[in-house]
Amino acid sequence: MNSQLRRAVGTALATALGATALAACGGESGGTGGQDGGGSTVTLVTHDSFAASEEVLKEFTEQTGYTVKVLKSGDAGTALNKEILTKGSPQGDVFFGVDNTLLSRALDNDLFTPYEAKGLDRVAAEFQLDGEKKRVTPVDTGDICVNYDREFFAERKLEPPRTFADLAEPAYKDMLVVENAATSSPGLGFLLGTVGAFGEDGWQDYWTKLRANGVKVVDGWEQAYNEEFSGSAGGRQSGAERPLVVSYASSPPVEVLYAEPQPEEAPTGVATGTCFRQIEFAGLLDGAKNEKGGKALIDFLVSTAFQEDMPLNMFVHPVVADAKLPELFTEHGVVVEEPATVAPATIADKREQWVRSWSSIVLK
Amino acid sequence: MALLRLEDVGVRFGGRAALDGVDLEVPEHRTVCVLGPSGSGKSTLLRVVAGLQRADRGRVLLAGADQAGVPPHRRGVGLMFQDHQLFPQRDVAGNVAFGLRMRGAGREERARRVGELLELVGLPGAQRRAVPTLSGGEQQRVALARALAPEPKLLMLDEPLGQLDRGLRERLVTELRGLFGRLGTTVLAVTHDQGEAFALADRVVVMRDGRVAQSGTPLEVWQRPASRFVARFLGFDNLADCTVSGTRADTPWGAVEVPAGAPQGEGTLLVRPSGVRVGPEGEGLAATVEARTFRAGRVAVRLRPDAGPGLEADCALGEVPPEGARVGLRFGVGETVVLDRA
Amino acid sequence: MVLDRPEVDDSARAAPPAGTAPRGTAVRFALMAVPVAFFAVFFAYPVSAIVSRGLHHGGGWDPGRIVATATRPDILGVLWFTTWQALASTALTLLLALPGAYVLARLDFPGRRLLRAVVTVPFVLPTVVVGAAFLALVGRGGLLDDLWGVRLDTTVWAILLAHVFFNYAVVVRTVGGLWAQLDPRQEEAARMLGAGRFAAWRSVTLPALAPSLAAAALMVFLFTFTSFGVVQILGGPTFTTLEVEIYRQTADLLDLPTAAVLTLLQFAAVGTVLAVHARIVRRRETALRLVDPAHTAHRPRGAAQWLLLGGVGATVAALLLAPPAVLVERSLDTPRGYGLDYYRALFEVDSRGGSFLVPPIEAVGNSLGYALAATAVSVTVGGLAAAALTRRAGRLVRGFDALLMLPLGVSAVTVGFGFLITLDEPPLDLRTSWILVPLAQALVGIPFVVRIMLPVLRAVDERLREAAAVLGASPLRAWREVDLPLVRRALLVAAGFAFAVSLGEFGATVFIARPDNPTLPVAVARLLGRPGELNYGQAMALATLLMAVCAAALLLLERFRPDKTSGEF
Repeated sequence: MNSQLRRAVGTALATALGATALAACGGESGGTGGQDGGGSTVTLVTHDSFAASEEVLKEFTEQTGYTVKVLKSGDAGTALNKEILTKGSPQGDVFFGVDNTLLSRALDNDLFTPYEAKGLDRVAAEFQLDGEKKRVTPVDTGDICVNYDREFFAERKLEPPRTFADLAEPAYKDMLVVENAATSSPGLGFLLGTVGAFGEDGWQDYWTKLRANGVKVVDGWEQAYNEEFSGSAGGRQSGAERPLVVSYASSPPVEVLYAEPQPEEAPTGVATGTCFRQIEFAGLLDGAKNEKGGKALIDFLVSTAFQEDMPLNMFVHPVVADAKLPELFTEHGVVVEEPATVAPATIADKREQWVRSWSSIVLK
Repeated sequence: MALLRLEDVGVRFGGRAALDGVDLEVPEHRTVCVLGPSGSGKSTLLRVVAGLQRADRGRVLLAGADQAGVPPHRRGVGLMFQDHQLFPQRDVAGNVAFGLRMRGAGREERARRVGELLELVGLPGAQRRAVPTLSGGEQQRVALARALAPEPKLLMLDEPLGQLDRGLRERLVTELRGLFGRLGTTVLAVTHDQGEAFALADRVVVMRDGRVAQSGTPLEVWQRPASRFVARFLGFDNLADCTVSGTRADTPWGAVEVPAGAPQGEGTLLVRPSGVRVGPEGEGLAATVEARTFRAGRVAVRLRPDAGPGLEADCALGEVPPEGARVGLRFGVGETVVLDRA
Repeated sequence: MVLDRPEVDDSARAAPPAGTAPRGTAVRFALMAVPVAFFAVFFAYPVSAIVSRGLHHGGGWDPGRIVATATRPDILGVLWFTTWQALASTALTLLLALPGAYVLARLDFPGRRLLRAVVTVPFVLPTVVVGAAFLALVGRGGLLDDLWGVRLDTTVWAILLAHVFFNYAVVVRTVGGLWAQLDPRQEEAARMLGAGRFAAWRSVTLPALAPSLAAAALMVFLFTFTSFGVVQILGGPTFTTLEVEIYRQTADLLDLPTAAVLTLLQFAAVGTVLAVHARIVRRRETALRLVDPAHTAHRPRGAAQWLLLGGVGATVAALLLAPPAVLVERSLDTPRGYGLDYYRALFEVDSRGGSFLVPPIEAVGNSLGYALAATAVSVTVGGLAAAALTRRAGRLVRGFDALLMLPLGVSAVTVGFGFLITLDEPPLDLRTSWILVPLAQALVGIPFVVRIMLPVLRAVDERLREAAAVLGASPLRAWREVDLPLVRRALLVAAGFAFAVSLGEFGATVFIARPDNPTLPVAVARLLGRPGELNYGQAMALATLLMAVCAAALLLLERFRPDKTSGEF
């Protein structure tokens, strides 16, 4: 047998064995966290969009002695469902990323151990949707709003839409692209926004009008924004034709941030009358191995340091009053005065039914 | 009249000439055998006639009609491939009936013809047998039946018996010759085996490097090979340079008497093994017996003459000298031929 | 030239002398132990756990409810769409890819190797990348739009064409591989018997190709029946396959009972397809006379063949090259004109805050690491399985053969969620370990390794092993001295294929919670998931890198491709 091959096979086997051994080690170190009651690692389970700067995580370690291990577990809905599935034997200590559209599902499944975070008094009461039970702690808010392509409207000397009602006007025919409410979080948010704005009995009529006005539905945000929306980089390259898209209030500042060089004005704007407010929560997982570390982490999530780090990493707004917004947000962001809201309990009750009837109105 | 006529046919593969100005005729109801070592261009010759290979120059005429541009399936010729190329997915009947189906023959006619043909090739009742279960000889027979079924104007055989063992080959050769004679088939066969060619053919064509080296009846070729190459290819090894004047040839073996009318001047002398007479030492050319090979009743004796190249003699069983014996050699006049030097 | 491969049927080869039978069986079971354990722990156990949890939901086992769910009109609608789009995709793929199979098998032209590698690239590309690229072909401003003003992006045609894009290589490789080894004189023999060019093809070549055609068709059917990314991205909200519905029911709605029924439905369908496939593959190993493919290809002759070559070239260019080319173009298209800005940005830490704590380029390193680990696992497990399956025997072994293919027919979300509820206790508390990613990727890689290795191992003449044994080699030694040198190229090809498939694997990777070191497809998805031209440009650049790495791996494979075997891929 040729010696090169012998080496190659040897290496492959060694790699396989080594991998197994490493896996075993990994499993153990994950487990040691809880055994001494105050191990050095605290595990944060979250969705794929979570991001925090290295400095702020280091600061947490310096303050508390715990190292954060971040486990990304899919998009927001998937991540939550995974925690429900593994209830009692969670993958980590703290879960971050359940929002008001899914909150009831988390609470109904008794996912979290009540804990009142230090500094919760700095968080406005309107964000504390679990009231006195304190099972979840609000961490950030963000608004799902229709974005518009400034250049498109400027060229046509057309006033961009401002409200939900405007979107159904003939002037904006065939301009709006939205995400599927059944599969996309902004899609669902926008649907809930229309429910909030037109009421449980009025939203169906509104969507019938939207459909007549040529609304286009695609499956996810990536497609809507990158492929269909004329104001995005991808949309410009592919000659996208729709100047209105359901996205976030923070999208225009992000467009500025990720442009080279940074423009004076964002290429996109926000229709402030079309917003639905999302609030994201964190909770201590029932059955956490490192409960103490988990509590410290939740405290840290509402600390000023983390709250000020958040906007430029996840493009969301802080929930504590004393956190300063970065310049980018004050300059290019918008203030959404009266976002539409729907109570989490109502959402939990009606969500599936609404999505079903929405599908039959828009997709069939 | 010639059913098949090749005029100055040439084929080149890259820089090499596979066929180089070949002229050839196959008369109707006759069997012509192309004989040559591998690489001499004989398979290419068949492919050109079949239309599977385009000729770079020259003409192929079938019954007088130029075949340029006529696709293989319209030429009305049959080809039996060297390794038969039976269709493994079809049974024996499916193979034999293939050509009939292509001609649009009806089911009943096909069944009748298949039965007849299998009878003819000695495989009655083999219709439903699967190809992989056939022995080599049986495959050969099925291939033959398949090639005969559409009644081609011209049947071409590529090394028809090449893969079979000797006993089977000798038996089949006689069968084939009888069969073609009975059916009046016109046949063009190629082979590298002289025995096969001579037993099968009315005429043989010996090829070398894409050219025709000699053609004629088997007897003509056998008796008067046109060149040293042809002689060697036919298995004659008793060859030596010679200078002829009158009926005397000067050779390394000494002076040898040749028939009257032999070409004069420089040439090659061929002595057939039957023409080498072995006598007692001291009479004629002195030689030593090197080896003896027994062949059914006769013995081929390899001799090392004191002068000139080695010789082979054909002796009767009772007259064989022992190995190492010293003998004297004489040459029979009727068994010597003077060939071109080449 | 005819390769003198002995045409021995199963019974003749497989029957060992009576005395050695128990030992052979023992060896086979020893070889099978690792693959069986692997599949039990990392596939059968997690999947059956998640399915049975769904079926037992709300207490008790209720067959009536299963039937009721399975016959719901919406579920039947999904099943119907899944089936017919898979059938249509398969037919379209065969139609478009068969000329390609012919051209690559029979015509000798410059760039043949490159073309063969190129057509395989899409097969291993992750759908996240392709979705965007494919819209550039069938969507607004795409090639079809430019040429004929046709837009297919919201029609089922987009799905069908994307399926052709992905599966072209399956047909070209499976069918073309055999085609190249068919003796061209078979067709010539038919022509000598009076068959025209097409009649000769239809009556001789087509029947010889039929088993590999059927095998390819079934593989394409399997891949398109379980299609996920393509349907999700290109189908829009209106078109749903079983796989997509399973994902929605599980990941979005956590409706495990419905998901379990759907999984069973898909299982039944896939199981049937695999059973048929196994039968056909077995039948294929009958007495075709195969020749060295090096001698069957020839330069194109005549207008028809040049036309065909041109047509295939055009199809490949339009269907297989245009979408990736769009990605490359976009990765270079910066606001300051064409340049490498986005590629440079990949090497920088995002100083703006951003989601990458490390330069995105490190995703390349992560991906390579995961893919290497997955390759090691795939080759070890798949190689052992193939070795165990080499000697054909018994229904049990054949069942195992089909079992190895099952992961291709089970939704990644089912496997991922299954992992969550089963691998949560020592010694298998692997949920949060990075090793789960390569293990899940290996589940997809192993079937390919087995399919590539098996025909090669089976083609090794038993008499060679016997000769080695007579000369004093132990069975292990005989394997090392005889089999290994003969199959090492196939081994490299299998490893390379497993590597490429792992590299592009997206499903399992996203459904498994993982520490924060994204693979290439995940990083691309993450960059696409935020606004800003720099993010979009970097996503395109990273996707281009991913394609380049896949293409390089495949081109390397072409060098090692064993030329005498008819592996399926």
